[in-house]
Amino acid sequence: MRSIVSLVALAVIGAGIAVSLDEIPFGAVKSRVGGHYVDLGREQTGASNIVTAVVVNYRGFDTLGEVTVLFVAAMGLGAVLATRRNKQKPDIESASLVLYTGCRFLFPLILLFGAYIFIHGHLTPGGGFQGGAVVASAFVLVYLGCRGKKINETGSKLVESAGGLIFILVGFAGLAVGGHYFLSNYLPRGELNTLFSAGVIPIIYIAIGLKVGSELAGVIDRLVEEST
Amino acid sequence: MILVVTLFILLMLAAALAALVFKDLMSAVIAACMVSLIASILFYLLQAPDVAMAEASIGAALVTAIFIVAIRRTERYEE
Repeated sequence: MRSIVSLVALAVIGAGIAVSLDEIPFGAVKSRVGGHYVDLGREQTGASNIVTAVVVNYRGFDTLGEVTVLFVAAMGLGAVLATRRNKQKPDIESASLVLYTGCRFLFPLILLFGAYIFIHGHLTPGGGFQGGAVVASAFVLVYLGCRGKKINETGSKLVESAGGLIFILVGFAGLAVGGHYFLSNYLPRGELNTLFSAGVIPIIYIAIGLKVGSELAGVIDRLVEEST
Repeated sequence: MILVVTLFILLMLAAALAALVFKDLMSAVIAACMVSLIASILFYLLQAPDVAMAEASIGAALVTAIFIVAIRRTERYEE
């Protein structure tokens, strides 16, 4: 009986979604703001990657909210797991030599790649969030291969706080400059397609990259510590 | 192009089905990781490299690691 009811409910919901999707003209230009970003984004922000121009410049306030959500989630996880942390050191089975050497070889390369992604966020695809996630995946590799090594917790918390502070302080500095608002692009835009261009965008994206990377690495660290 | 995308979508569906069917949860997690990986390739083919990067590093690496940690803590086989 219950399965019939759920099947009927599923069919009704599916039909509703199908009908409403049928009404949407996919690919048609409905909003004018998208065209504005594509046409004028490069001149207005100085960033060659339009996605970054939208994320950090036009919608910078949303990004601040996103970073805050991630911060609160990581803090909540830490609060839940910190209540029952066992202090005694568990006996860790060491990984094989191949895995250990491979991890030690790959770790700096993956860190470099993550840093490249978030430093070049305004030029090439990717940015603070993607680069931060790549940096965190380097730490996942360390937890898989070199189990004896641990992340420096004070250092990671310092980097995380510094990243968040730089983001907000750079945003507030816009208020001090005449004619600008919170998180607006008040620095000189520079030449398109060069590393030192796009005003505050690279600064903010580097701060976000460091913050997201240390935050996600901290999440992995807490979970792995809990599981051993 | 259409053929390649169709092939990837079929592979993705097969991996998703495998993630549901496998009784060994570690294999199921790896199959789910494959779904993310193919999704990121598809995003790249559809010219959304920013999303592809986020999907590959979060969906394929971090989420898989979190699931593996959870499996270590609980049970590996589903009855």
